[in-house]
Amino acid sequence: MWDYTDKVKEHFLNPRNVGDIADADAVGEVGSLACGDALKLFIKLDDNKERIVDAKFQTFGCGSAIASSSALTEMIKGKTLDEALGVTNQEIADFLGGLPEEKMHCSVMGQEALEVAIAKYRGGPLPVHHDHGHDQEQEGEIVCKCFGLTDGFLKKVIAQNRLHTAEQVTHFTKAGGACGGCIPKIKELIAEVLGEQKQDAPKRPEKLTNLRKMQLIQEVLENEIRPQLWSDGGDLELIDIAGATVQIAFRKACAGCASSGYTAKFVEQKLRDLVSDDIVVEEVQQ
Amino acid sequence: MKEIYLDNNATTKVDEAVFEEMRPYFCELYGNPSSMHFFGGQVQKKVDEARSRVAALLGADPSEIIFTACGTESDNTAIRSAIEVFPNRRHIITTRVEHPAVLTLCRNLTKHGYRVTELNVDGAGRLDLDELRKVVDEDTAIVSIMYANNETGVVFPIEEIGQIVKEKGALFHTDAVQAVGKIPLNMASSTIDMLALSGHKLHAPKGIGALYLRKGVPFRPFMVGGHQEKSRRAGTEATSSVIALGKACELAGQHLDDENTRVKGMRDRLERELMAIIPASRINGGGAERLPNTLSIAFEFVEGEAILLLLSEKGICASSGSACTSGSLEPSHVLRAMGVPFTCAHGSIRFSLSRFTTDEEINAVIKELPPIIQRLREISPFGRELLKKQ
Repeated sequence: MWDYTDKVKEHFLNPRNVGDIADADAVGEVGSLACGDALKLFIKLDDNKERIVDAKFQTFGCGSAIASSSALTEMIKGKTLDEALGVTNQEIADFLGGLPEEKMHCSVMGQEALEVAIAKYRGGPLPVHHDHGHDQEQEGEIVCKCFGLTDGFLKKVIAQNRLHTAEQVTHFTKAGGACGGCIPKIKELIAEVLGEQKQDAPKRPEKLTNLRKMQLIQEVLENEIRPQLWSDGGDLELIDIAGATVQIAFRKACAGCASSGYTAKFVEQKLRDLVSDDIVVEEVQQ
Repeated sequence: MKEIYLDNNATTKVDEAVFEEMRPYFCELYGNPSSMHFFGGQVQKKVDEARSRVAALLGADPSEIIFTACGTESDNTAIRSAIEVFPNRRHIITTRVEHPAVLTLCRNLTKHGYRVTELNVDGAGRLDLDELRKVVDEDTAIVSIMYANNETGVVFPIEEIGQIVKEKGALFHTDAVQAVGKIPLNMASSTIDMLALSGHKLHAPKGIGALYLRKGVPFRPFMVGGHQEKSRRAGTEATSSVIALGKACELAGQHLDDENTRVKGMRDRLERELMAIIPASRINGGGAERLPNTLSIAFEFVEGEAILLLLSEKGICASSGSACTSGSLEPSHVLRAMGVPFTCAHGSIRFSLSRFTTDEEINAVIKELPPIIQRLREISPFGRELLKKQ
């Protein structure tokens, strides 16, 4: 059972601003039946076309999707369009006293609908989200094929919410929540964003004896790398360590895989991040 | 607010008669059944009686019953035993709609070099037996196919499946957790080699299950240690729970007719009335033979968790095939395997009745659910379009 706050429950049981605005100035639609949630947001501006005087919504989704939509409409009334654009998904969640992490994507959907509505009103390019957009041009590389999520969108959510794990990204965006095939790519995106933020630099010992270095290489292979390969039906075996050269042989699905070169690079990067900068990984056939 | 509990495929209440039967075995008759003294011996006798009661419900011999901790352990034991028994057979057959107790294990085994075939189902949740005939071969160690589906209640033609499996010499296991106590079973005339059951699905406590193991079927234990259960499952028996399971099986046997007449009648009425009142709804698995207690019904353009929360506000407990209630993000793998459209899969609700369900409780659902669906459709952009068309 999901642990909802009283305020989430209140906004779900008695949602504010359900319906439509016949002469709305802006309408933003995100989501789809396939996704399991969708939001249609209507905005009415004052005579000067500056401030939002009314907002209504229609939502197909779970309890927190309905509550997030209700919260969003309450939060943006009285704001200018620019002020409204500044509302983040975290603020929507905060307004509700918090959402379970698994439900954070509901608050993201509210933020997206608002961006789409305002972009449509202003006539600029529509923001790129994911398959939540019915009529948007997709930009960027699709990372999660199940939910049609692009790398640009995922990086934005990772950065805004300071996400550190693939599981968190799934909770916030749904990416990786179905077949799970894109989880390695999501991890790469997290590493990229964290690198850009210069946060959480990999914790790597400064000085290593040869013995400790070899131990650490084995630990990283066992704890960080092999579990990822197993999830794709693959595996690797450590063949030898000579100085900074690590020889590995791929096994199971990785053996003979067309992208084993890419996987070897991934292994090398991981070992460089977590053990030492000078590591070179060699794939051997044994 | 009195609760109306219609989630019996998730778990059941412990029958008070069952509880009374197990009660003395906590603080009074707490001996170890393996002990040589009289104090343990009296417990052993009661465990033997429980074994006979479980066997009677299955039409099996008591020696063919191994007590386990749960249905999942029984399933794991059966499948892992089969692949150890046949080290040269590397193929496992199951279905796309199995419970995770079987499906997760089989998928994990692919990482250890096993080939796993997951059979498809049609729109009504029925298996394609021709597909089974094509894929079962001399490399198949075990075929594991559930007796009845936990979400839709669809019952598979187990004996026909067993005949096909036997022709190739593979072992046949069935996860019968949802079927035991709801439909008549008779292992004496069956093709089943191993069958899993779980106590808490038939009014015994959680944490007790059993594995039926046909006499003569080769077996390797999952749990090793002491000599309990004739060395087929080590570990001191959870005696009070074992005794409870025995009593629960005895009572289930006595209530089988009631399950298939009165309980089924209530389920059918619930189904009929909801379908008549609520437009754009459909029965998942409606075209197949189903368990008498299970109704999986889909309401288009609304989402299952929202329905469950509003039902819960009315004291009604049900379950959902919705992604949002499961921690996963895709709707139920069972409904997706059946090809249930997304428009319906997200809004599927499962009602599962028991012998303790009353007509008044069914009446309450028939009264409370239609306005909930109407209300959520008024909030939903897709639902509003539907309502406009009506």
